[in-house]
Amino acid sequence: MTVQDFWALSPEIAMALLALLVVSVDLVTRSMAKVSAVAIIGLAAPIILTLNLWNGWFGDPAVGPALFGTVETDHFSLFFKFLLLTVTAGTILASVKYIASERVKDHGGEFVSLILLSVTGMMLLVSATELITIYVALELTALPVVALAAIHRTKQGVEAGTKFFVLSAISSAILLYGFAYIYGYTGSTNLDVIMDRLAVLPTEAGVPFGSYAVLLAVIMIVAGFGFKMAVVPWQMWVPDVYQGAPTPVAAFLSVASKAAAFAVIMRIMYVAFGDPILMQDWSGLFAILAAVTMTVGNTLALSQSNIKRLLGYSTIAQAGYILVGLASVPANQVGATFAGAGPQGVMYYLAGYAFTNLVVFFAVIAITSRTNDDSIEGLNGLLKRSPLLAGLLVFGILSLLGMPPTVGFMAKVVVFSSALNANLTWLAVVGVVNTVIAAYYYLRVVRAVVFEDPADESTFSGDKSVLIATGVAAIGAGVFGLAPFLLLEFAESALSIVPGL
Amino acid sequence: MFDGLLTVTVFLPAAVALLVALFARGENSDQQVRWISIGATGVTFVLSVMVFVGYDQDLAGVQMVDYFERWIPVDALRSSYLLGVDGLSAPLVLLTGILGMAAALGSWRIKKRVREYFMWLLLLETAVLGVFVSLDLLLFFIFFEFELIPMFMLIAIWGSGRPRYSAMKFVLFTLAGGAFMLVAILAIYVTPDVNTLAMVSIPADGIVGIPELMAGADLAAPAALIFGFFFLAFAVKLPLWPLHSWLPDAHTDAPTAVSVMLAGVLLKMAGYGLLRINLGFFQETNGFTIHDVAGAMSIIAAISVIYGGIITIRQTDMKRLIAYSSVSHMGFVMLGVAAVGSSAAETSAGGLNGAALQMFTHGTITGLAFLMVGLSYDRTHTRHIPHLGGLWKKMPLIAIFFMVAGLGSLGLPALSGFVAEIMVFLGTFPVWPWATGVAAFGVVLAAGYTLWIVQRVFFGERPATPGLSDEVYDNLTDANWIDMIPVIALAAPIFVVGIWPSVVTDMFDIGIQAVLR
Repeated sequence: MTVQDFWALSPEIAMALLALLVVSVDLVTRSMAKVSAVAIIGLAAPIILTLNLWNGWFGDPAVGPALFGTVETDHFSLFFKFLLLTVTAGTILASVKYIASERVKDHGGEFVSLILLSVTGMMLLVSATELITIYVALELTALPVVALAAIHRTKQGVEAGTKFFVLSAISSAILLYGFAYIYGYTGSTNLDVIMDRLAVLPTEAGVPFGSYAVLLAVIMIVAGFGFKMAVVPWQMWVPDVYQGAPTPVAAFLSVASKAAAFAVIMRIMYVAFGDPILMQDWSGLFAILAAVTMTVGNTLALSQSNIKRLLGYSTIAQAGYILVGLASVPANQVGATFAGAGPQGVMYYLAGYAFTNLVVFFAVIAITSRTNDDSIEGLNGLLKRSPLLAGLLVFGILSLLGMPPTVGFMAKVVVFSSALNANLTWLAVVGVVNTVIAAYYYLRVVRAVVFEDPADESTFSGDKSVLIATGVAAIGAGVFGLAPFLLLEFAESALSIVPGL
Repeated sequence: MFDGLLTVTVFLPAAVALLVALFARGENSDQQVRWISIGATGVTFVLSVMVFVGYDQDLAGVQMVDYFERWIPVDALRSSYLLGVDGLSAPLVLLTGILGMAAALGSWRIKKRVREYFMWLLLLETAVLGVFVSLDLLLFFIFFEFELIPMFMLIAIWGSGRPRYSAMKFVLFTLAGGAFMLVAILAIYVTPDVNTLAMVSIPADGIVGIPELMAGADLAAPAALIFGFFFLAFAVKLPLWPLHSWLPDAHTDAPTAVSVMLAGVLLKMAGYGLLRINLGFFQETNGFTIHDVAGAMSIIAAISVIYGGIITIRQTDMKRLIAYSSVSHMGFVMLGVAAVGSSAAETSAGGLNGAALQMFTHGTITGLAFLMVGLSYDRTHTRHIPHLGGLWKKMPLIAIFFMVAGLGSLGLPALSGFVAEIMVFLGTFPVWPWATGVAAFGVVLAAGYTLWIVQRVFFGERPATPGLSDEVYDNLTDANWIDMIPVIALAAPIFVVGIWPSVVTDMFDIGIQAVLR
């Protein structure tokens, strides 16, 4: 390892050290407030190191390949690292009260440390450019989450953890199988080399991806990551785990895990399979997945009565919208007006969705920690009981629904417009129809909050730390909705990995 | 360029709404909230006057431009933050300023959840102002849809009767129309020869607008379809027969000030959209132009006028009556737009000007009518016409100003309604004589229902089975000075425009000429 490599990996290293530091602090003090304070203040280190790599504050930034070409510290990965770190800070802030509660039974320090470890894996994942590294990073991401999901040690919690573990293991196995095919066919695990080899290897006419081996491999890779992205038909675990796991863990899973998975699948697809002809093949695959995911997610959400389950299905549907952007590849735009904005749309959607979803989940954390009621009826008359939380929750829900002028609307319009321009008109239509279906269940939540009469008139307000986390996320969502250019310009410079952009 | 005046005008109410929502606390905050909100709408009114007066009629074109190009800087949807006024929008900005202030003043007596109420009312004003000054299609759409949230809340929470049902109906109708509009916007944008969202050309900023680019272009979807989608969205909002059924419900159940805003300015967003988009974009498109459907538009307009008028006569609820009369009156707007004729040579600018003026006058006249009904209802607690009668003796001021609104709406000369209607008739008659002839009968209907309601409610004797007990009737009081401020604010433009129409029509004419290119 050279000094350059250390620089390139400095955010991940800082993150892993921080995880260790947090466990050590937990040994010394019983105060969970101190543990979370150490974690949140400590997060400044990886954030500064990430900003350093982007801007080059401390000398020459090590942007470029590192560690024998297995990771790439480009703007694409830095964009996602920054997003992941922000999400982590928010999640820990929102869990301050939770980890001090009876329910975690002295595992607060481990809780924080496991989150930090999982994020370390995600940060490595978004910069990995080599299949083995991707696999190792993915396992580092998933295993801490298993423990997190089961941290309550109730029947439901253990079930959630077990479910996540088993399905995670199966999906990893499928993924590895896919990787093995790629390696066997091209003789390399490096994404750049794979692309070069695929370009020169003989292709069979009429077969997608030019060969059945590659076709099979791509399907397995997509299936493996489909589990992480919560894409239909690999979505079954989502509602159960979201309901069984602690809400902060569900929030973390729904945002961070999804963002990392989308980042890595974008990199694999655009780098290894970035040939325009191959692009058209996988674009079709993602288009179908997008349509199915949106429709199934929204349809199943219609009949939910538990807010956490409803949000689980809602995140599935949202993954479908993001897939629309993934399917809108530049290569489809023969005769179209402009170069594709699909990938940019994906990044904008992911970031906007991250903030929006955190608003909703954090608000739910704050509310359910007081009412101890997960059902939608439990939100009845919230506006009278806790106006601030109600306002934040409604704002978040309207943004998920895609009401102008929220970031949810902006992102949907950008993504659907990319689809139109990528000659995927039918997909844009399916997306719009789905938005209308989704309005039904999102508005049910709004109706409960705003119009129904509360069963219990007592007023309450959330814990300060959760309120701050929710407020900051809401401000983020609001700003990115009113000023989309703030994010989109970053996304643009981050997309140097996409050929032709 | 970034002039800034329009940005301040549009976002001032929203900024105050945010401050009110976040910082108004405590027992005595209600009164402060009222004053702050009324002050905010007052300042917005002054700003809207500045916009109207500041528009240089000799220079014409789009003025006071606020332009930030890279608002959405992706190729898939290059949208910019582009605000500006021209002759068409400047009077409507003024109208919104007047009505926004009148609505805030008219909400003085709201007791329930005061802070929230004024927050939504102020947000509503921002949304409407934004629609009139946005010159980027996506921005226009966002403001057009954003108005739904405040309206829904205002009707559903502070309404009477079946508020949630009416609010939901309103939202569903408008959302459905909006979805079509969004598709139409994207279809225009992805057309290779157009590929912009600017609604007008602004040479000073190097902006070439859609009307110029769409002329002769092959659109990504059939032009007739895109036209139809826009038309559908606006026909719901205007509303035109047979899409009007949300309007009476929404009006009847909305609180007074919200009815004022709804009839006064929200319906005008649709008229404005028809003129700016359906007329402005589709004059020289390939394969289809607005001229092809002008005849059909005149027929729908005539049906709306007559159907609305007949239904109005049958109403027994004062608010519902005025709501249906709006359907009839907005039919005149459609009729004026139909004056574009079956070819460019036939186009009558007079009819189009009449349509624009009808929007302005209807805003003040119907706004005033709803305000007076509200004042009467506050006192009598009933709007059922057969239960009322002889109110003249008890509340002469309310009766007088209700009559002003009524006479304005039936087209009494020297009031603004007359000018607008005569312009529509004279302008459209040479183009569509039959439809105009039929629609003119609507004025007779208007005279019928207006005079009849005035006669039944304010004059005559108290009915044999009065809805009001003697005790209530005896204690009725007239409007006081605080009620009269918004009344005067709305009545003044009716007289001013009636006597001196060119103060507004000159302005509209500049706008219409620009739209006609």
